[in-house]
Amino acid sequence: MHDYTLARLREGLLGERFSATELTRHFLDRIARFDGELNAFISVTAEQALRQAEHADRNLAAGRSSALTGLPIAHKDIFCTRGVKTTCGSRMLDNFVSPYDATVVERLERAGAIMLGKTNMDEFAMGSSNETSYYGPVRNPWDRERVPGGSSGGSAAAVTARLVSAATGTDTGGSIRQPAALSGLTGLKPTYGRVSRYGMVAFASSLDQAGTLTHSAEDAALLLQEIAGLDERDSTSLDEPVPDYDRAIRTPWEKLTIGVPESFFDDGLDADTAAAVRAGLSVFEKLGATLKPVTLSHIHLSVPVYYVVAPAEASSNLSRFDGVRFGYRAAGDDDLIELYKRTRGEGFGAEVKRRILTGTYVLSTGYYDAYYLQAQKVRKLISEDFRLAFEDVDLIAGPTTPTPAFRIGQKVDDPVQMYLNDIYTIGANLAGLPAVSIPCGFVSGLPVGLQLVGPHLREAELLKAAHYFQLETDWHLRTPGIYR
Amino acid sequence: MRTASEFYAVSLKSEDVEKLCSLARLEIAPAESADLLAKLTDIVRLVDELQAQDTRGVVPMAHPLDRPQRLRADVVTESDEHALYQANAPLVERDLYLVPKVIE
Amino acid sequence: MQWEIVIGLEIHTQLATASKIFSGASTAYGAAPNSQACLVDLGYPGVLPVLNEQAVVMAIKFGLATGCRIAPRSVFARKNYFYPDLPKGYQISQYELPIVHTGRIEIATEAGGVKTVGITRAHLEEDAGKSLHEDFRAYSGIDLNRAGTPLLEIVSEPDLRSASEAGAYMRKIHELVRYLEISDGNMQEGSFRCDANVSVRPRGESRLGTRTEVKNLNSFRFVEKAIEIEAARQIGILEGGGSVLQETRLYDPDRDETRAMRTKEDANDYRYFPEPDLLPVVIDDRLVEKIRATLPELPDAKRARFSREYALSDYDAGVLTSSAALAKYYEETVLAANSASPKLIANWVQSQVIAALNEDGLDIREFSVTPAELAALADKIADGTLSGTLANEVFAAIRAGDGSVDTIIEQRGLRQITDEGAIARLVAEVLAAYPVQTQQCRDGNEKVIGFLVGQVMKASQGKANPKQVNDALRKRLRE
Repeated sequence: MHDYTLARLREGLLGERFSATELTRHFLDRIARFDGELNAFISVTAEQALRQAEHADRNLAAGRSSALTGLPIAHKDIFCTRGVKTTCGSRMLDNFVSPYDATVVERLERAGAIMLGKTNMDEFAMGSSNETSYYGPVRNPWDRERVPGGSSGGSAAAVTARLVSAATGTDTGGSIRQPAALSGLTGLKPTYGRVSRYGMVAFASSLDQAGTLTHSAEDAALLLQEIAGLDERDSTSLDEPVPDYDRAIRTPWEKLTIGVPESFFDDGLDADTAAAVRAGLSVFEKLGATLKPVTLSHIHLSVPVYYVVAPAEASSNLSRFDGVRFGYRAAGDDDLIELYKRTRGEGFGAEVKRRILTGTYVLSTGYYDAYYLQAQKVRKLISEDFRLAFEDVDLIAGPTTPTPAFRIGQKVDDPVQMYLNDIYTIGANLAGLPAVSIPCGFVSGLPVGLQLVGPHLREAELLKAAHYFQLETDWHLRTPGIYR
Repeated sequence: MRTASEFYAVSLKSEDVEKLCSLARLEIAPAESADLLAKLTDIVRLVDELQAQDTRGVVPMAHPLDRPQRLRADVVTESDEHALYQANAPLVERDLYLVPKVIE
Repeated sequence: MQWEIVIGLEIHTQLATASKIFSGASTAYGAAPNSQACLVDLGYPGVLPVLNEQAVVMAIKFGLATGCRIAPRSVFARKNYFYPDLPKGYQISQYELPIVHTGRIEIATEAGGVKTVGITRAHLEEDAGKSLHEDFRAYSGIDLNRAGTPLLEIVSEPDLRSASEAGAYMRKIHELVRYLEISDGNMQEGSFRCDANVSVRPRGESRLGTRTEVKNLNSFRFVEKAIEIEAARQIGILEGGGSVLQETRLYDPDRDETRAMRTKEDANDYRYFPEPDLLPVVIDDRLVEKIRATLPELPDAKRARFSREYALSDYDAGVLTSSAALAKYYEETVLAANSASPKLIANWVQSQVIAALNEDGLDIREFSVTPAELAALADKIADGTLSGTLANEVFAAIRAGDGSVDTIIEQRGLRQITDEGAIARLVAEVLAAYPVQTQQCRDGNEKVIGFLVGQVMKASQGKANPKQVNDALRKRLRE
């Protein structure tokens, strides 16, 4: 059961081959068995899940089911969940029980999904390896000495080890796609504004987007269907109709032109990874797509742009964590300013502090024009590059990450090295474009991801291409040894 | 305001870091500060690559979407939930959030 | 050395919306602590601001009423600083592209002329919460009910040259925002706050001197006094050879002095950047014209029109237009009246009506005598049915809810006696009753005539027409 995709589990539930309660128990047992070494979960909501499962079974029996009734999922611990601890992987929120549900959580619950728990993540979503969490690193089920990727590392590990069948994540610079690539999953980042950010603790407001980590594009479509759409509580949420994704991905294959940024295939890309990605691209050719080189002339600046804009927005977004209304508060009440400093100094980890300081620096008087303003201008240039490219091609494809999963501890002392992991993924966040990473092979037993980027609001086309790829290949169905 | 070429030479000093810590209300243990300075210097060097790019005439991009703001009708939709919200507060007395006194 | 004072005022007025600028919590004053602070106002993790349409409309109204340019595209920005009454650690305000800018307003100067004061800009922002410093020992208690209330920050050009000009400008803006019904302007409740930027320079010098910002000015009087005191302080420093420090000062009304505020560390690096959670506010001409059509007649125009149309003195016109509601009441009364003159009605509104409102602590909109009823009463005075004193009695009766003008007159038999014969009879009765005084009058004692008139009035229960009584009495005395 645990190996099934959401689609197949749904069939099983509807066909009464197993009940939601059995399914939930099965996954809870697996979590109890395996998560000790993976550390994918921060909170496991067993009682609540079993109650939801009972409710789901009643609905199924009454023929009253919704799209996701009975399907066990997990939420990245960045999504506020009512009555349940929501920590963002940080000591700052270790004691924070959210009084409300994020829109993503609300919508998936309304569609009948069952939440088994909250997954581990890089602290406040700042990281590419899930090593900055207050709750310890997450291990990659493919090789437990290696990172699963980040910041949605917990969600990735949980789905890969089949502790849940799907999970939500967030992607600001690649935090869904990169872990998906390193863990052998399908990771979708929708268009900016496609999914509501209400209830998703903010890291970088103009870049953050909620998305999914699933076994397949088909599953991603199932979940996206429920979470996409206008939310009045989020001013940046798009008022655009939501297509029928499931139907869209099954429409007959049409000839696609796929752009490949040749600059991505340079020395920065591990040779074996490059080979696996190129093999993936040839699958598209076999399907009838035309590959065409494209030039994204400013893409080499995406990492510097990101590391100005994201920390700037984050430095401001994280100012609310001051120990006054919620969250961690340091001991000693002598002086207000000292209390703030100690609370924040003790509550935040090193990477978060570095990013706050970077952000404060690039916004400060005398530096704003040279850094923040300049970065937003270069961001415009990068977006324009994509827009122009999409006049010639339908999708853009390339590697998701420069290497497969690296060892825990390998890059954690060199922030800039760590940042360069995001080199292929950041562009889509800067331009607000939808992107998905799909498994396209293995290198020394470790998964490799191929990334597809589409024009704004073309998730249907993106998922369709991914789906057809997955009809031709079975990389996405592989399971690491002991978790089968 | 420094020019682009001057930026290539910039390196942070520990006074700069102290000032930033103060602005951001972050206490850094003395043991951490050397490492912090080194890492921040690396990061600044990374982002300084932006200076070489000519951006004359480019409009900065604050949002990926070019949409206008939707407006909300002026209606009261929230009710008093302070008991629920204050359940998370570290220090509350008579429904007020307490902080060390600020003298103006 | 002749010195010139240069003043610019920054006025923060709370907009009278029902809900907050970025959330659906109520803005009602006086609620229990933190009962009107929702998750957005509290800056909880994950919540987002959603812009209140009315705040935008009100800002545009202000802009139109002051001849400002309405920005077709305006942007919100974050002003970052730490303070316990600022939950997010930043205030959502406007920086580079305010919603309206470059307008003006006219004030009356002490010399009796008119001066145009420039309005640099007016922008939208959210208010912070309140800190309560007493009662908590070494702590301050934070109430966030006020956090998120919409503010319009109105910034004047440094065109003001005296404390009294500053007072006049502040009063003018205060009147305007109330006329436009965008703010209740209640300074006690904090809906209307003023900071003054004050500097001095030698007369004839074109460069501006160093300015200080004086805060905590919540009455017209305080603004004027604070400016005078601060200007004097600066002049004193400069004349002594020193230089003025650019700083923020607080006005202390008890000591009538300004004091430097304890400087906040790195107080001024607000690190403004465009608010990523809000999109640009786009305002097209259609919306502007729609709002322009809803603008009420503005105070100056109304005053001029009243003077002209109703032949009122400037003073009277001023009193009657001191609020839009009062002006409306007056005008409706005039329009409903037939024989009563606007001047007569003006006198009544300025005296009896306003006195009644003050006595009962009412707003004109709650007054129990409607314009129609007041008009009816005024007509009865004008056509001679009622004498002045009796009209007061009728007025009081209407106020008390005893009925309409006509029914009260009938019920109480208050119709004025104007019949010559009846008056002659009353006069005869009184003269017969008071032979001593009658003789005194015949002998030429003018003062006693008043007594006799009074007696006739009394005998007629106040109903006799006083002028006719006077004439009849004198006629009889001459006989």
